[in-house]
Amino acid sequence: MSRFDWLSEFLARLHDENVLVRRGLAKALAPAHVLVIDPEDWAKAAAIAAEFGCRWAALWGDELGAKYILYMVLEYGGDYLALRARIPTENPVTPSVVPHFACADRMERHIHDLLGLTFSGHPDDRRWTRHQAWPAHRFPLRRDFPVEGESPDPTPPDSDYPFRRVLGGGVYEIPVGPVHAGIIEPGHFRFQAVGEEILQLEERLGYVHKGIEKIAQGRDPSALVRLAGRVSGDSTVAHAWAACQAMERAARCQVPRRALYLRALMAERERVANHLGDIGAICNDVGFAFALYQLSRLKEQWLRRNQQLFKHRLMMDAVLPGGVAVNLDAEQIDALRADHRRLRAELHTPFDIIDDHPSLEDRLVTTGRLPADAARRLGVLGYVGKASGQGFDVRRDNPYPPYDSVPVTVPVYAEGDVAARVRVRMEEITITLGIMDKLLDTLPTGEVQGLWPAVTRACEGLGCVEGWRGEILTYVRLDETGRVMRFFPRDPSWLTWPALEQLILGNIVPDFPVCNKSVNGSYSGHDL
Amino acid sequence: MDSVLSPAAWLLAGIQALLFTLAAPLLSGWVKKVKSRLQNRRGPPLLQPYQNLWKLFGKEALVAHTASPVFRAAPYIVFSSTWLAASVIPLIATKLPTAAVADVIVLVGFLALGRFFLALAGMDVGTAFGGMGSSRETLIAALAEPAMLMAIFTLTMTAHTTNLSSVVDHTLESSYSLRPSFLFALGAMLLVAVAETGRIPVDNPATHLELTMVHEAMILEYSGRHLALMEWAAQLKLMIYGVLIANVFFPWGIATELNLGSLAIGLAAITSKLAVLGIALAVSETVLAKMRLFRVPEYLNLALLLALLGIFSHVILEVGA
Repeated sequence: MSRFDWLSEFLARLHDENVLVRRGLAKALAPAHVLVIDPEDWAKAAAIAAEFGCRWAALWGDELGAKYILYMVLEYGGDYLALRARIPTENPVTPSVVPHFACADRMERHIHDLLGLTFSGHPDDRRWTRHQAWPAHRFPLRRDFPVEGESPDPTPPDSDYPFRRVLGGGVYEIPVGPVHAGIIEPGHFRFQAVGEEILQLEERLGYVHKGIEKIAQGRDPSALVRLAGRVSGDSTVAHAWAACQAMERAARCQVPRRALYLRALMAERERVANHLGDIGAICNDVGFAFALYQLSRLKEQWLRRNQQLFKHRLMMDAVLPGGVAVNLDAEQIDALRADHRRLRAELHTPFDIIDDHPSLEDRLVTTGRLPADAARRLGVLGYVGKASGQGFDVRRDNPYPPYDSVPVTVPVYAEGDVAARVRVRMEEITITLGIMDKLLDTLPTGEVQGLWPAVTRACEGLGCVEGWRGEILTYVRLDETGRVMRFFPRDPSWLTWPALEQLILGNIVPDFPVCNKSVNGSYSGHDL
Repeated sequence: MDSVLSPAAWLLAGIQALLFTLAAPLLSGWVKKVKSRLQNRRGPPLLQPYQNLWKLFGKEALVAHTASPVFRAAPYIVFSSTWLAASVIPLIATKLPTAAVADVIVLVGFLALGRFFLALAGMDVGTAFGGMGSSRETLIAALAEPAMLMAIFTLTMTAHTTNLSSVVDHTLESSYSLRPSFLFALGAMLLVAVAETGRIPVDNPATHLELTMVHEAMILEYSGRHLALMEWAAQLKLMIYGVLIANVFFPWGIATELNLGSLAIGLAAITSKLAVLGIALAVSETVLAKMRLFRVPEYLNLALLLALLGIFSHVILEVGA
């Protein structure tokens, strides 16, 4: 199957529905194919895409001259399609695509909150990211808003947010958070329950909004990568890589092959570390502390090796534009190989126990089920998708170097429960250990830092990287001096958070923590 | 009866009740320590529970402005009723005056009184977590109490008395025959004890997850000395069930005469029995995950079933034998 062999059929459908497509910018966001359409056709195009079977992936807005630019990224058969529309500034209204893609809900509200674009026909007009910040008609992502902010006053509490309520005899409401008893990020969860059964869960996020999209403006590429590495601390390598990839594609920078292999090695190390931590934490949430301590020990040893070889436990700032900041010598490579062998051997026992411990199975099997059709509708990614029959993986389906020469197997399950999400994680660790061995075996020689080319024209790029949570899409636009004008990192958590609201329905209140942990969305990556 | 009601016996009863209270945190510390070792951790020091209590007693007690007097009074009531319950149980010696004036029904009554106020206190402030904890606690209690009473009735039917001291004496005096009714009752008591003291697989005392808590959810709003009393009462409860199981089912070693030698043996016996029970608890908490809440009734029904089987097997096999 060749790339984009479906595109002509899709274009024919657009043509049938009288959607006018301009193709001038088709290659601007390679590997995505850009279709420029009129804003009034926006929802119609989305409807056709939904019917065609596209997966909705991302949406962001930008301000370019006297127009707003709206980008929507869709995926079909591993190929990315980017729809682009220019919206006039005097009346920035676009039809909402939420009726066709439910997962666009929060991203449209996010764009409305920060950029002031209105999506007509959006079923939910409540604030999302901005809470009570800024006066009603000030939008921080607009050009006229200063990067350093306007007011030093703290944002008033978002106390009157109109949560949806369930009425009926015996129905009660449980507010949880944003401050939690454990050391986790802030987020508010509002349950409507009767007895112990959850009738409805509504999330309220945005408590860790850091203004990442705004403070990215005006940065040079290396400063942007530092920022991208802080979008979500547990995915620092993947986010930094995605930002680098976007800029490297925009600026046509050649990255040495060895650097790409080292990036992949770090991204895979990140995957192993987080999966180890998650599996332990899921078991701990059902009172099985043994697994937590064993896996925490293994994770700690793993992180210490990161510190030793990559100068940081989470490998922050190890990925640079055009290359990587670290190199490995033969001795270090041998140490890593020995690590992989040891981890494989040591994981054998805890994984066997977790796999068929009856009392654990009793808690995890059938808990928090996300059926495959709901998963497809919500566009969920990563282990959440893979546990619910959605096997998309950028490394396999739209391979970027070095995955073009290192094959990736993707574990897929249909059950969609917590147990399946644990199993996907366990299998991914095993598969990833194999990938890392392959990377080390075939590690090219040479430089690890390429030359960053002088940027002399405005350009834009899209980075697509499979982080440990799933596909990360990052858009970067540079101006003619090579400074960042727009940065939008779409963490997979944007799509998995709404899935949590769905999969929890009908479960009992005390099972929420384990369901939440099995999804483990990033608050920081979502709130930006 | 004269020797039973002598001042020396009352003094010893007082000392025993005091010892009960003072040793309770140590048992909790022991279970925690063993559990940590089983998880390949060093764990907190054995005396950490004392330091925690000391710290909490030194802290300011904050009370929500929506709290009623029940909220303030509950820690004292819960602690003292649990403590009174403890004073009924023979710890190192039988034939104590407290045991003579209060029987096993009173013991269960004291525990129920404490729980009643604990559940009230959980609901008092009006937070969702407290209410949830209270509702779960009453669900568990409603099923655990009958099972416990049934298990104890099995023993009292054997000994023809509801007085714990006499039950212990009866077991000691009878021959070392293995009675099926005792085994059933022991099984029921073990299950009930785990549920009543809020241990895995029914409740997780170490969790920070508000939504999954039972006991911890009810005391979530407490601080300072109030929290200290609540936690101490919970430790006392663990000790009560430990001593009940140790002394009623395995009474050997307990002092039946009030002289220094047998008291010392009694002390050593109960210490080692509790140490073993603590290890057993830690092992079961390590190998089991917590149950889903709606499985708890099934679990407690099993306890009730075992207790009933105990009674039946006593009536069928042992009466008149």
